[in-house]
Amino acid sequence: MAINKNKTPMPSQSPGERVKNFNEVPLGYTQEQAVAEAKRCIQCKNAPCVDGCPVEIDIPAFIKMIAEGDFIGAAIKLKEKNCLPGVCGRVCPQEDQCEKVCTLARKFDPVAIGSLERFAADYEQGRGKIKIPEKTKANGKKIAVVGSGPSGLTIAGDLAKLGYKVTIFEALHKAGGVLVYGIPEFRLPKSIVQREVDYIEKLGVEIKPDYVIGKVHAVDELFEMGYDAVYVGIGAGLPMFMKIDGENLNGVYSANELLTRSNLMKAYDDSYDTPVIKAKKYAVVGGGNVAMDSARTALRLGAEKVYNVYRRSRKEMPARDEEIERAEEEGIDFRLLTNPVRIIDNGNGWVKALECIRMELGEPDESGRRRPVPVKSSEFTIDVDVVVMAIGAGANPLLTSATPDIKLNKWGYITVDEKTGMTSKKNVYAGGDIVTGSATVISAMGVARKIARVIHESFKYEK
Amino acid sequence: MYKILEKEDIAPGEKLYVLDAPDIARKAKPGQFVIIIIDEKGERIPLTIADFNREKGTITIIVQEVGKSTMQLGNIKKGEGILNVVGPLGIPTHIEKYGTVVCVGGGVGIACIYPIARGMKEAGNRVISILGARTKDFIFWEDKIKTVSDEFYITTDDGSSGKKGFVSDQLKDIIDNKEKIDLVMTIGPAIMMKVVSETTRPFNIKTVVSLNSIMVDGTGMCGSCRVEVDGKTKFACVDGPDFDAHKVNFNLLNDRQKVYLKEEKEAHKKCRLEERISGNK
Ligand SMILES: Cc1cc2nc3c(=O)[nH]c(=O)nc-3n(C[C@H](O)[C@H](O)[C@H](O)COP(=O)(O)OP(=O)(O)OC[C@H]3O[C@@H](n4cnc5c(N)ncnc54)[C@H](O)[C@@H]3O)c2cc1C
Ligand SMILES: Cc1cc2nc3c(=O)[nH]c(=O)nc-3n(C[C@H](O)[C@H](O)[C@H](O)COP(=O)(O)OP(=O)(O)OC[C@H]3O[C@@H](n4cnc5c(N)ncnc54)[C@H](O)[C@@H]3O)c2cc1C
Ligand code: SF4
Ligand code: FES
Repeated sequence: MAINKNKTPMPSQSPGERVKNFNEVPLGYTQEQAVAEAKRCIQCKNAPCVDGCPVEIDIPAFIKMIAEGDFIGAAIKLKEKNCLPGVCGRVCPQEDQCEKVCTLARKFDPVAIGSLERFAADYEQGRGKIKIPEKTKANGKKIAVVGSGPSGLTIAGDLAKLGYKVTIFEALHKAGGVLVYGIPEFRLPKSIVQREVDYIEKLGVEIKPDYVIGKVHAVDELFEMGYDAVYVGIGAGLPMFMKIDGENLNGVYSANELLTRSNLMKAYDDSYDTPVIKAKKYAVVGGGNVAMDSARTALRLGAEKVYNVYRRSRKEMPARDEEIERAEEEGIDFRLLTNPVRIIDNGNGWVKALECIRMELGEPDESGRRRPVPVKSSEFTIDVDVVVMAIGAGANPLLTSATPDIKLNKWGYITVDEKTGMTSKKNVYAGGDIVTGSATVISAMGVARKIARVIHESFKYEK
Repeated sequence: MYKILEKEDIAPGEKLYVLDAPDIARKAKPGQFVIIIIDEKGERIPLTIADFNREKGTITIIVQEVGKSTMQLGNIKKGEGILNVVGPLGIPTHIEKYGTVVCVGGGVGIACIYPIARGMKEAGNRVISILGARTKDFIFWEDKIKTVSDEFYITTDDGSSGKKGFVSDQLKDIIDNKEKIDLVMTIGPAIMMKVVSETTRPFNIKTVVSLNSIMVDGTGMCGSCRVEVDGKTKFACVDGPDFDAHKVNFNLLNDRQKVYLKEEKEAHKKCRLEERISGNK
């Protein structure tokens, strides 16, 4: 049987339609489409895709189950290695991981592994009955997890399954970390995150929202409260600004603020109380996923014109190709090789325009990408009402500054032993973005799995 | 759910709430605040912890009804609850023995100044308190604040209580009387804090303000609360809310507090309308 060269396309909302709503853009495979796509997999013996997966999902196995129509079996298979398949199927950069090394990719499109993962997870959810794995008997040990992002949720789930009593302390009022406050509804519906959170709770994990560790409880107090180990998964949630003139004007947002108002607080829905600036013209500065999410959010808030200002070229953009393409389809105006130099006010404390300078690419820098350098006297202005800074995030010092015996590197990220995730403080572990800096959902999960095993080992032989 | 244990009208359009929040009460210090969310669709509202009782596990907040959310809160009854309360947030006011400390509270800021005055008194300072409001109806906690003050003054815009004039006039009198002042703490509307700051500046009296910029998370994650101090950008929720008054850019604070004026007015109108329809006052 000849293999179809191309991925089975996933139906999606058309650009003209989707910019008017916050609903998810790709609509998911039907059963027939999923089976057809699953049948493209040639079930390689060496399965390079598994090596490409940071959590080593048995990819050929779950795909085979889909091909055979055992969709629930596929979901269970996925969950053996990945407790958030509905999330990962949507937001993982598969093009850089499993799909990149898929054997088919040498000649054709790779198997649409991500889309199949999403299909299986959604199918199981749609059936309403989620199988809760057998729990090991309670072992009497208590673990405190700080932060409910993908890394915190993962380690909590894993340890709960092993018989630990786990409590997650979350600063915000909803669990999920970036999955609820950062990544927009149209890319990752919040109901999907909620069902993953529900699943973790069903495993016996207690989630305490509104608990800012470092404020309401110090890390040391968690031990006094009877926790035997603490996992710190607080993410990299400190917004960066460019330190240019005019950055504190009304109408300048950090990406975190725009996205938090829109996603977590649902400002796009008029029945919610949180306000967000609704203006005609936005400029979003930066070239990553966060910038694409911000730009596409601005469009959906009703903007007539949204610019993306990025200092390098399209090739160096760190955002996923798929997201850049969608942003292009939706009409985002890309101003590449362009860097803001100041924000001009309208005399009343509000943004009027963004002054930029043209850039050209010079020698490669430490990141291996060619360094952008300004072109002399090439300044020009773009008229905008809102400027969104999406130029990266740093380590939030709130917890670490209150816990001086946790050692940090020069950027304020937590230093850990690479093999074990142990910090310099006894029985305190850390993982996810607070260790690596902004990374991916799957890498935050992968490391959390590893640390769950380390924690389990450390208690195994204890009497 | 955080239960409202007590509720009291304390001044026109200003209500006091005692909330059951033992973990927050255990850690609260003067100068810190909480963020509350009334219900599923509510916004995050920062409010100063005006008092706390560690034994009873309660915190007190005093809320001026200025818009949609604070008015909606006003309709929640004793015995009912608020969906979320997170805190204590912000760096506590630095309390030590300075010598003579003048605590200046204006409007609802009177509530915020009380735990600080108490803390300063307990630390062995001579505490002079100045409370200011539009009329005598808006002065509250007079007795409470008196008990932690060595000297106590009231000013009102119309002279209906205490001296007619602004808190800054009273402060100026004290300065002119050659009283040695080591620190002035002031909390109130931005304009009042600015005037107090300008009053002490020529005399080089250390002055600390508590800034109420617009906040969302209150944990340093969004940057909504940006203020400018000494020419540098700070996040009021984690770097403050207390800052050296003489270094604060009050004009920026004032501008930034108005970001959502348009949206707020609409919400306010809608809220009024709904109240009328539902027969609530
Ligand atoms: C807009 C945006 C889009 C992204 N898109 C993608 C994508 O498409 N694909 C992808 O793989 N990755 C994406 N990422 C990156 C990815 O979301 C992160 O790498 C991942 O969420 C990191 O997980 P984490 O568990 O380390 O931390 P987070 O998800 O950041 O969660 C940390 C949690 O800890 C809480 N916390 C912080 N401090 C405290 C404290 N003191 N006490 C209690 N709780 C605390 C925070 O409130 C938060 O809920 C995106 C990120 C952003 C911001
Ligand atoms: C650290 C801090 C402590 C505060 N303590 C108190 C207090 O003890 N008692 C009290 O009555 N008020 C306090 N406030 C102000 C209070 O948060 C606002 O009055 C309230 O959020 C208004 O909401 P609203 O919907 O009723 O009014 P709106 O109509 O939405 O707004 C009225 C005005 O309140 C301010 N405001 C609106 N939203 C916010 C927000 N999310 N954060 C901060 N300010 C906002 C704006 O300047 C706005 O113009 C404090 C604010 C801060 C930042
Ligand atoms: S590499 Fe591609 S074709 Fe081979 S098993 Fe993995 S998904 Fe299937
Ligand atoms: S309120 Fe978000 S950073 Fe201060």
